[in-house]
Parts: sequence; structure tokens; C-alpha cells
Amino acid sequence: MMQRALLRMLFVVALAALGGGCATVPPQGATSKDDPFEPWNRAMYDVHQVVDGHFFKPIAQAYVAATPQPIQTGIHNFFQNLDDVVSIVNDWLQWDLNRAGNDMGRVMINSFFGLGGIIDIASEAGIERGDQDFGLTFGKWGIPQGPYLFIPVIGPSTVRDGTGLIARAYASPLSYVVVDVPTRNILYGIGFINYRAQALDAEKLVDQAAIDPYTFIRRAYLQRRAYLVRDGKPAPPDEEE
Amino acid sequence: MHPFRVQSSLRVVMALLAALVFTGVARAQEAPDALVKRVSEDVLQIVKSDPKIQAGDRDRIREVLESKLAPHFDFERMTALAVGRGWRQATPEQQKQLVEQFKTLLVRTYSNAFVQYRNETISYKPFRADPGATDVTVRTEIVRPGQSPVQIDYTLGKKGNEWKAYDVIVGGVSLVTNYRDEFNAQIQSGGIDGLIKSLAAKNAGPPPAPPAK
Repeated sequence: MMQRALLRMLFVVALAALGGGCATVPPQGATSKDDPFEPWNRAMYDVHQVVDGHFFKPIAQAYVAATPQPIQTGIHNFFQNLDDVVSIVNDWLQWDLNRAGNDMGRVMINSFFGLGGIIDIASEAGIERGDQDFGLTFGKWGIPQGPYLFIPVIGPSTVRDGTGLIARAYASPLSYVVVDVPTRNILYGIGFINYRAQALDAEKLVDQAAIDPYTFIRRAYLQRRAYLVRDGKPAPPDEEE
Repeated sequence: MHPFRVQSSLRVVMALLAALVFTGVARAQEAPDALVKRVSEDVLQIVKSDPKIQAGDRDRIREVLESKLAPHFDFERMTALAVGRGWRQATPEQQKQLVEQFKTLLVRTYSNAFVQYRNETISYKPFRADPGATDVTVRTEIVRPGQSPVQIDYTLGKKGNEWKAYDVIVGGVSLVTNYRDEFNAQIQSGGIDGLIKSLAAKNAGPPPAPPAK
């Protein structure tokens, strides 16, 4: 039954993708040299809009509406603590001892005194999150971002950052610590809803600001990632053409 | 009227006039970092204390931004940068319309952002620039309790005697750059007029509801 519903949803999605561009008026071909697969990505963007709009976004909205703020914060902190573990791995790969120290301190403090990460004591104490992922590590190693990719459900990415996500899936602490598969999957689910809920506000802003959300999100993502790879240093003069 | 009263009120008027002149002069020579700080604190103060804004009145927020913030932005330069190559092909009338529409869009967007973020403080990073510089970046940071800070940088240029901002860079994302692809694509498919039209359509509508309900 569930499978049939899923199949039907996929069919709707495929139709929407084929009919593409009902919502937006995509210009022909590529509009940026960073996005050689633009027609494909736009189709994936439309798929995302359908799947997300029918499924993940309403769940995230319901979650935000129904969950008391302190609990939301606790859940968010819990998953951020897990992210901090992944960040430690990347700090070491980047040989960034300063960040490695901070992130290790954070995970220890928050895991032990913050009830398994639910309370972010480290931030209150002023220990900044390193917030490093594999895509950033690859970038700092000098690997170029590669073509832009829009991945349904996940969102904007690049070939480099997408590869980072695969590496990340292997590095996820949940997959090592939680042995019981159903429990682990539930945790993954909650983690994803929390992640999706974080984007709700930003999304409102994009709706307000952008004529063509696809290009707007693309440029914002690429700018943001380049900035993070540079570690916040000023951009080299006029990188756009 | 008692002569003393006349004299004292005259004195008050004189003092007020002097104050006006002096602040005028002071503003003309105000350093860019001081300008950013003064205007930001001003706006933040109003946003935090105005009961209408606290109640989420977007028109009131827009009014405040129009009167307090907008005069310190060089919208013409922003628009020219965002439009890119197409700018020189546009007629003066088209340029005027582009600036007007882009300004409206930015102020609207910004006022909606203000509905979401209120409990923030701003920290100002140390600023240095050559005394003769005509193009500077002022770095600030929005600090929110329990969350990672957000970097906000303002790029300012000297216009006559005044500094005016022409780009805002939020967490590494330049506002002007972010519109460039989008504007380019619009110009390619519908020309300058096409871009003006889509901007106007965007501004005419209410904040759009999310697609795919």
C-alpha cells in the first residue's frame, strides 16, 4: 500500500518534471558558467518543489507549529552536537588545530554536561563551532567546486560538495553508535525534519527577494560556499567574469 | 511679551540652528564606519522600541527603512552593478525605472527580514582604511543569543562629500552579485524592458505564497 502510494508520487513527480517550467520561466540553456547542467538541474529543482512541497515542507511546518520552542532547541542542539563530531574529523583533515581543539572541547562539554548535546553549554561559554564539512575540506585542499548540482530533497550542491555528502554519510556518528536500525532510522528522520525546519525562514526570504528562485538560490549557495572555503577572508577582486 | 522671554527663545532658536549646522558638517565628514554604526543603531533602536513594528506592521517597518536607511544607499550604483553589461545599453529612462524597481524590491525584502529578526545586537569590527580611500568595507557581526553570529559587511563608496553603501554582504553572500545571474537571464530573454516588467510584477504582488500547496 505504502509502496503503491510512493510509486504514484514518483509518477506525479516525473510528470511534473516533464511538464517542467510551469512555475518558472527558465531561460534557454545555461545562465552561468558554474552551472553547465542547468536544464537538468532545473528539472531536478521542479522535482524538489513537488516532493518537498507535498511532503517534507508540510512536515517541517507542522513540526515547528506543534513543538514547544525549548524542545525544538534541544533537538537542534542534539543534532548539532553530532555535526560537531563530523566537524572534528574535518578539522583534522584540514590540519586546523585551533578548530579541532574547539570542536573537541565542544563535543566533550556538550555531551557530558549538556545532557548528550541537548544543551549547548559550549556556545554559551563562547566556544565557537568550527562547522566544517567534507565539501569544505576538499575545497581547502584545492579541489575545485565542479559543476553546480541541484539535488531533490537535499537542495543546492556541487559535484565537490555532493561527494562530501557521501563521505559524510559514512562519518555520521549515529551509524556507529546506534546499533538498532529502526531507532537509528527514526533519529535520521527527526534529524532531517530539524534540518528542513531550519530552512523555512530563509525560504520565505528567497520567495520575497527572488524573481527566479532557482538562480537566486544557486548564486547564494555558490557565494556562501566559496566564502566558507576562504574562511571568511575577503573575496579576490571580482571573481564574476 | 516679556523681553527676557523673547531673548531666551531667540537663543534657543539660535542654538538649534547652530546644532543643525554642526551636525550637518559632522555628517558630511563622518567616517564610513561611524556612519554604519550610527545608522544601524538608529534603525535597531526604532525597530526595538516602536510598538507598531513590534506588532509586525510591515508598512511601518518599510517607512522607517525608507526614511532612515535608504538615504545612505547608492541605489543607482547597486542597480548598475547588478544589471552588469546591460546597464550601458539601457536608456536613461529605463535606468531610472530599473533603479526605482530594484530599490522597492530591496526595501520590501529587507523589511520582511526585519519581521523575523529582532532580538539581535550588532558588533562592529575594527575598521581601517587609507585616509584617501574612496571605496571601503565596514565589517559588522549580528550576534544572536545561542546561535552562530552572522557576518554583515557593507561596501561603501564616496559620493561627493558623503559615504553611501552600494553592497551588503551577508555571510559571504553579496546582494548585488546574487542578482546578477538573475538580471542577466531576464535581459537575455526579454531585454531591459522584460527585466523592468518582471521586477514591477514582483513588486506589485504580495509576498508570494509558496508554490505547490
